[in-house]
Amino acid sequence: MSLKKYESFVREPLVDGDKNYHQVTEDIVHTIETKPTRLWYIGFTVSVLLLLFGAYAVYREVTYGIGQWNLGRTVGWGWDITNFVWWVGIGHAGTLISAILLLFRQGWRTGVNRAAEAMTIFAVMCAGQFPIWHMGRVWLAFFVMPYPNTRGPLWVNFNSPLLWDVFAISTYFTVSLLFWYSGLIPDLATIRDRAKTKLRKMLYGIVSFGWTGSIKHWQRHESLALVLAGLSTPLVLSVHTIVSFDFATSVVPGWHTTIFPPYFVAGAIFSGFAMVQTLMVVTRRVMNLQDYITIGHIEAMNKVIVLTGSIVGCAYLTELFIAWYGANQYESDAFFKYRLAGPYGWSYWLMMTCNVVSPQLFWFKKLRRNIEFTFIMSVVVNIGMWFERFVIIVTSLFRDYLPSAWSLYYRPSIYEIGFYIGSLGLFFTCYFLFSKYFPVIAIAEIKHVLKTSGESYKAKMDKLEEEEPDQFFHEMVGADHH
Amino acid sequence: MDIRKFVVGCYDDEEVLFPAVKKVRRAGYKIHDVYTPFAVHGLDKALGYRETRLHTAGFIYALMGLTTALSGISWILAKDWPLNIGGKPHFALPAWIPIMFELTVLFSAVGMTLTFCYLCNLAPFVKKHHFHPRATDDLFVMVIECTTKTNVQEAQNFLASTGAKEINVQMAEVGWWLGTYDKDRKIFEVGKEAAVSA
Repeated sequence: MSLKKYESFVREPLVDGDKNYHQVTEDIVHTIETKPTRLWYIGFTVSVLLLLFGAYAVYREVTYGIGQWNLGRTVGWGWDITNFVWWVGIGHAGTLISAILLLFRQGWRTGVNRAAEAMTIFAVMCAGQFPIWHMGRVWLAFFVMPYPNTRGPLWVNFNSPLLWDVFAISTYFTVSLLFWYSGLIPDLATIRDRAKTKLRKMLYGIVSFGWTGSIKHWQRHESLALVLAGLSTPLVLSVHTIVSFDFATSVVPGWHTTIFPPYFVAGAIFSGFAMVQTLMVVTRRVMNLQDYITIGHIEAMNKVIVLTGSIVGCAYLTELFIAWYGANQYESDAFFKYRLAGPYGWSYWLMMTCNVVSPQLFWFKKLRRNIEFTFIMSVVVNIGMWFERFVIIVTSLFRDYLPSAWSLYYRPSIYEIGFYIGSLGLFFTCYFLFSKYFPVIAIAEIKHVLKTSGESYKAKMDKLEEEEPDQFFHEMVGADHH
Repeated sequence: MDIRKFVVGCYDDEEVLFPAVKKVRRAGYKIHDVYTPFAVHGLDKALGYRETRLHTAGFIYALMGLTTALSGISWILAKDWPLNIGGKPHFALPAWIPIMFELTVLFSAVGMTLTFCYLCNLAPFVKKHHFHPRATDDLFVMVIECTTKTNVQEAQNFLASTGAKEINVQMAEVGWWLGTYDKDRKIFEVGKEAAVSA
């Protein structure tokens, strides 16, 4: 490690404006210490109302059973599992930004990692609802845990991808939470130490765990962050791989393909970044954080979107090619008769337009750096990714091998839709609370990069000191007399 | 309870702090700790700290997770209650890889985080002495421990010469105790000579 600083001048600054350390704290903590705006109250109220509607829909489903949903004879998975996969996918961006980009030393992650990680956690919380309530007799949900029981003991089937999912999602949630919270501790201590009211001092005192900022603690903190990033990187890839196994290990035409794991992971990153964009574009404007989440940040994420969108597009085309080349009647029917055409053909073409065609516009730099366009595109991409899951699930299920087992046209009931709306309510309720009570930008990390990547510092950058800390370390070994 | 006397020097720039740390150590003072608002790379080296071995602990937890998954699943599916699933082998190792991987990661992450909290004495309701409230904002706070031989006045002057912006002397508990940050009550009586920080 060296103190000698050099930063490419070609690279855009990560922090705009003339800032010092104190100003960074002020800018980010400001919204926590002031009353929320009217806009916040309106948004929060709407989210809570959506959440309550979702709670009512779930109440109906638990009381009267799965029959409240329009799942049919062959469409046993409908909106619920579509939503599950959609939310899990969205929940991939946070860990990707904080873990993989940390390992790749991408400096721009510092501006957006905290909010993206929070988003991840909320998205995984939403995702988890769907398989749990889909069980029907939800009071027996604990049966998925392997524990010695009085029913034999009847163990869970460890060879089943559905059980892998239980482990993958719960591990992912736990590790993301730990990663997010361990990073939050120093920033919560910052809020604690400048708190003016007694209540705030007490509450932030409790949640900041008595953090002091000792160098030894920082050293361990960095080591923890790095190893958690190293663990999360394969983890984030494994989670959506395992979700794709739910489909790929079955023998349903349209699901039984080996391309699913990479294709799902790329799609997850694609939709996750889109959701991060949706939130960041609004957050930076409402909370006045344009200096920290710069156009450069937005552009970097748009580049990821165009890349992953293209990968997803390649996967769609590969699927079609293999369906033809494989010469399996059922497989080719699933794609060419029930997806490209047929009663659900509209959803396939909607997916194609939103996911493959529209992100290509991001090849233009002007559009990548356009805030309004980015916002619209981020919503379009998430609509497209929702339909991708809908297409995969419903078009493969609604016509079974035998025409006698074909379903009627599947359309969701109001309670199925209500459950989905409720999960959006849960997500945004959590995000509104987070943006009010937690620092949405990692304060300590911004301070860390401020002097190398801050706009006003980049101008006057040069070599600082001749002596390296390593050199001094060796010189001083054994020199202490205590 | 372990109350000691400290000379505290506050710097407003890590580029001043680095040479100061070196000067103070060369002069033979014992640095109790340095508190910074963010991780200043290289400062641990300059203070003579060895590398943390937290990641080794993480590796050991990971092995524990792997072992738990493999032994648990194989005992359940091959010994305790073998089920015939499509005529496949009871010991179906490839099908267990996902869960083995997940538990490896889970054990490692949880274990490391708990170890981190244990080593740094971090927990809800834990309270510690803070030498300066702005150490988590924009000040770099160097704390020198006074021994019986330390000339306090000389140490203060020396810190001033290294560029410290704010210097004071504090009596402080070095450990932690249970409490919340809204209450000022400390577990020890503050001596006469202790300066109230900030």
